Amino acid sequence: MQLFVEQVINGIGNGLVYGSVALALVIIFRTTGVLNFAQGEMALFSTYITWKLASESDGFGLPIVAAIGVSMAVAFVAGAVIERVLIRPVEQARSPLNVVIVTLGLFLGLNSVAQLIFGTDPQLMPSPFPEGNVELFSSGGDAVVVSKDTIGLIAVLVAECVLLWLLLQRTKLGLKLRAVAANPDSARLHGIRAGTMLMLGWGMAAAIGALAGSLVASQRTGFDGSLMQIIIVYAFAAAALGGFDSLIGAVVAGLIVGIADALTVQYVDPLEGIEVVVPLGLILVVLIVLPNGLFGRRTVERV
Amino acid sequence: MSLLELANVQGGYGPVRVLHDIDLAVEEGHVAVVLGANGAGKTTTLRAISGLIHAQGDIIFDGRQILGRSPEAVARLGIAHVPQGRGTFTELTVEENLRIGAVNRSDGDVRSDLERWYSVFPRLADRRNQEAGSMSGGEQQMLALARAMMARPRLLLLDEPSLGLAPLVTRELFAQLGDLNRNHGMTVLVVEQNANLALDIGNWGYVLEAGRIAVQGDARQLHDDEAVRKAYLGF
Repeated sequence: MQLFVEQVINGIGNGLVYGSVALALVIIFRTTGVLNFAQGEMALFSTYITWKLASESDGFGLPIVAAIGVSMAVAFVAGAVIERVLIRPVEQARSPLNVVIVTLGLFLGLNSVAQLIFGTDPQLMPSPFPEGNVELFSSGGDAVVVSKDTIGLIAVLVAECVLLWLLLQRTKLGLKLRAVAANPDSARLHGIRAGTMLMLGWGMAAAIGALAGSLVASQRTGFDGSLMQIIIVYAFAAAALGGFDSLIGAVVAGLIVGIADALTVQYVDPLEGIEVVVPLGLILVVLIVLPNGLFGRRTVERV
Repeated sequence: MSLLELANVQGGYGPVRVLHDIDLAVEEGHVAVVLGANGAGKTTTLRAISGLIHAQGDIIFDGRQILGRSPEAVARLGIAHVPQGRGTFTELTVEENLRIGAVNRSDGDVRSDLERWYSVFPRLADRRNQEAGSMSGGEQQMLALARAMMARPRLLLLDEPSLGLAPLVTRELFAQLGDLNRNHGMTVLVVEQNANLALDIGNWGYVLEAGRIAVQGDARQLHDDEAVRKAYLGF
């Protein structure tokens, strides 16, 4: 029982990482209709920036929290610039496939450039959270022990999701962003600068990726250019499971994937090394039964 | 001086020219009606005013040249354009749709304006928390009108509001449009196929043919002119 609870909590930690990268994918998909294959590598690049700023031996030795903040700000600007300079001109050529190729190119390019600049050796990311473990509760001698790292990660990513939800649902800016996502032409006729909103959407997605990447890297004993590769697959899976246009769906689906993965690792020995089949199999079944995902809207529009 | 004036406006889509020479004017407080067959250039005329297509000539709104400005900029000057298809934000609620109408206003009266338009369109009030896309075509057209009015525009552009609506609903819609003009002093430029209803609430009418103004005149006189009706309006 104690092991089970610990694994579920670890699964929640990983699941929130998948969920927040999925969130970034969904934000871009909803505002620009683009599947951003480069999301993971944008996060990787930002993670290296965080590392460079924070590392005592190879970098500037900034406090890690400040380093993450600066990296998120840089990522925000870079994401907005990518939308304006690379995505929009290609989108205006009116072939959705062209944009897919651009994001695939970004995926490969960013990964290579990151390794060119920062090297291929594994690097150590300082953690913003205190070391050690916390005993949550004990039942009959078996204490449930979780690392402070994991608890911190969960707290930060939950806070991020709540803030994002408040921004989108409770502010004027959020209303403009959702208006552009729902009907860009009509939004422009209401005086909303659609182009600016698209840049903001990409900027937000990139900043979310920077936070997720930096936190994940700080949990590892070392990270390299492959940091985001499994995460982006799980994030795409979570986005599909959540329905691709639902922000809540992305987070919930991320949690489902994370927990399923953690429990498989713990309890299903024959699948050792190929645990990934369980969450992906689960998603396949859900999508066969519910083609729009768990939270995707079944389009009921009347004309 | 007219609130809106188009002089020698030409334009179209890429190499295809739809508007050849459009001259029209909308007086403040009036309803101007643009009639014409499919493909005559009615929708394109509205799109040229809103900056949605490239055009040449002069489009003067309130003494200012607005030709060449972006749709966002034109909207901010006080022109509300309800496009064909009604521009509904389908996955947002009715109330959020109305708030989008007021999104560029910074005065504190948005709340009271909401209540005002809810009282004009009670069916929207009943459905304020419902997804806008789930409403009927007629309700979405009312929503589009109310959303446009939330911007407190000086000029309302309406593109075939009767399209896809049942005759009874169309009648109700035009009654409400007439109200907007009489009771709220709204200046309207409406493009319609339903000449009968539109001319009933209009002050001045234009008949478009192949990208040019073929006939224009007082709405009442156009309505009663046998020759015009036979040649252009088909009723």
